[in-house]
Amino acid sequence: MAKKENKNIADLKFGATIEYAPAPESNAHIEIKKKYELFIGGEFVAPEKGKYFPTINPATEEKLADIAKADATDVDKAVKSARYAYDNYWSKISGSQRGKYLFRIARMLQERAREFAIIETMDGGKPIKEAKGFDVPMAINWFFYYAGWADKIEYAVPGKNPEALGVAGQVIPWNFPLMMAAWKIAPALAAGNCVVLKPAETTSLTALKLAELIQEAGVPPGVVNIVTGEGDTGAAIVNHADVDKVAFTGSTRVGKMIQKSLAGSGKKLTLELGGKGANIIFEDAAIDQAVEGVINAVYFNQGHVCCAGSRLFVQEGIAETVLQKLKDRLKTIRIGNPLDKNTDIGAINSKKQLDTVQDYINIGINEGGKLYQDKCSLPKKGFWCKPTIFTNVSQASRVVQEEIFGPVLTVQTFRTIDEVVELANNTYYGLSAGVWTDKGSKVFQVGNQLKAGVVWANSFNKFDATSPFGGFKESGFGREGGLHGLTAYLK
Amino acid sequence: MKDKQSKGAANLQANYKINTGHTAIPKTYKLYIGGAFPRTESGRYLKMKNKKDNSILNISHGSKKDFKAAAAAARSALGGWAKRTPYNRAQITYRIAEMLEGRKMQFVAELEAAGVSKNEAQKDVEAAIDLLVYYTGWADKFQQIYSTVNPVSEPYFNFSTGVPVGVVSVIAPKESGLWGFLAAFIPAFVGGNTVIVLAEEKFSACAISFAEVLNSSDVPGGTINIITGKRKELLAPFTTHMEVNSVILYTEDKTEIIAVQESAAVNVKRTSIRHFADEKQSPYLIFETLETKTTWHPMGGSDGGGAKY
Repeated sequence: MAKKENKNIADLKFGATIEYAPAPESNAHIEIKKKYELFIGGEFVAPEKGKYFPTINPATEEKLADIAKADATDVDKAVKSARYAYDNYWSKISGSQRGKYLFRIARMLQERAREFAIIETMDGGKPIKEAKGFDVPMAINWFFYYAGWADKIEYAVPGKNPEALGVAGQVIPWNFPLMMAAWKIAPALAAGNCVVLKPAETTSLTALKLAELIQEAGVPPGVVNIVTGEGDTGAAIVNHADVDKVAFTGSTRVGKMIQKSLAGSGKKLTLELGGKGANIIFEDAAIDQAVEGVINAVYFNQGHVCCAGSRLFVQEGIAETVLQKLKDRLKTIRIGNPLDKNTDIGAINSKKQLDTVQDYINIGINEGGKLYQDKCSLPKKGFWCKPTIFTNVSQASRVVQEEIFGPVLTVQTFRTIDEVVELANNTYYGLSAGVWTDKGSKVFQVGNQLKAGVVWANSFNKFDATSPFGGFKESGFGREGGLHGLTAYLK
Repeated sequence: MKDKQSKGAANLQANYKINTGHTAIPKTYKLYIGGAFPRTESGRYLKMKNKKDNSILNISHGSKKDFKAAAAAARSALGGWAKRTPYNRAQITYRIAEMLEGRKMQFVAELEAAGVSKNEAQKDVEAAIDLLVYYTGWADKFQQIYSTVNPVSEPYFNFSTGVPVGVVSVIAPKESGLWGFLAAFIPAFVGGNTVIVLAEEKFSACAISFAEVLNSSDVPGGTINIITGKRKELLAPFTTHMEVNSVILYTEDKTEIIAVQESAAVNVKRTSIRHFADEKQSPYLIFETLETKTTWHPMGGSDGGGAKY
């Protein structure tokens, strides 16, 4: 059976038999400055110590710009300007006025969507079709959604007297740079807070572009401050005495450090940390759709997704078929120039991350896992990793237990619902899960038992500004999106 | 010396009045773990004086190992309790109130024994009963306040509900014998969580007697576990154990807050620091013990990842 299908699919080997003509998205009119300063108090200012670090295009290894490196003094300036803005105007104007600034940001971002998408792709390595079709529209969606909450806060928490917290310190990761900035800034501002935000060091550009846009939108100076730098810059924000709220998205390791360092500080904390999402396919599922869903679950954004469906569980009777179909599908995946509109998988975000992913692939092999990668060719320059499948793995395998944050899928089989629930929940994480079945009742039977903040039925990696997102257990606490995401920024 | 002692003994003997009626049977105060009343595995006790009649009682001086046993019991009770219907959880909570009402005088006496005035003790017990009735009502309603149906831009039925965070350890307030003790954990219990409660030392007897109320109210074993002992010693196991998902701590002591929040980071435990003075019954105290679970259910056919690939 499997063999026969293989032969059929062989005829459809687009990658091998049909060459796609390049379809690059033009970046001709995109303006990237040589040097970017810190956005503090509504102005772009040079860092006190005058230090800068380069940001590169991970697909070409070419330098795009120099980015200011903020130290504790710069962070202090940013926090002070946020506090000043909060005390003197942001907390003084009405919710409806606040909301209009957010609506304005959403609209202006919409007007410049293409530009932001291209820069996102150049700086981060993600396929342009994802930046254009997902990251930027989501960011816009977030600003537009929360804009409307600004004058309706009292309805969000009935019986309470909601108040803003003050100054929010926000640290975001490199996988969805602009979208993460929107997830953080929009609800904070809507609830009446001012923010100091730090983008990840490999992907500062779109956050700084957003800073320009925020300046152009006439948002009062100091309401949004964006400081760039590495981990120590983030630590300076998180531990600043005048920060009332900390929101962090990133690894569980760093999340725990932050949680510990904030002990007794009285700061409100929300953490959106790592994951090891289970994607479960039952025998009664629509198999082709499920296979497509698995590909999307784990290879979306090169697997740099905290909620990626990186653990696949297939019911025994269809395991062989599903695996074959996955392998066949990998043959048709296009990996390469992220700016090409046909590209499915772009560049790994950084050399460091590529090393991490490759280390895990080696660990998987050494643990006895069976590796599958398609024989596709990779560009000479840049950071690339072929989509990878590991079979012959067990619960104890490190590639099954630990978050890899790359295009690596592990495949395990199961027989019964009880067994797969046990397997799926046997992790420290609890962010996401997918359930593929034709039976609605089974979706709920299984979904209810899964310890995961988001359950996708016959789908994966779906997001919406109205839909609360966040984890159980060591995947963090607090939600982003929807009404629940708003309360994270209220007293 | 010896002379003096024997003289004192002689005095006692001379003044002793024989009670020819009923000789009271004092109760052995044990722990409450997994629906049973074991003694502490440590064999230790805390001597306490009944402030009303000066009699002596020995309270179990619980240990880290007792806590471990309670955590295991709470974990295994979790599935069953979370699966009870909200209506059933409401009825059980109401049953606790009924049982408490029936034994009101015992709790008044026990609070008096801990040094509370009769008037205050009576108020405390009555408030505790009212609190149980209040949260009974929330058991099958909080979900409607907490949940949302989210109007996403794709053809999915998307909704978020509150599900229990899991095993919650609770450090009861020092200020109140019964109302404060119940206010600390009843919201978590009503929310479908299982709890391990550290009773305030001076109200230990009252807390263990309350376990008897629970035991006769159809509360499944392991759902509520009560440990007595030294707060200083037990704070660490209550907040570091990997089986615990969330910690509720009543305190004004900054050092305690730091210690608890630091150890919570070991497995990203949620912490809820509460101040007894601000305590007020509220569904938001239930919400603090919930996780939000969001489900995307397709409407009109499954979607294999859409147009992303």
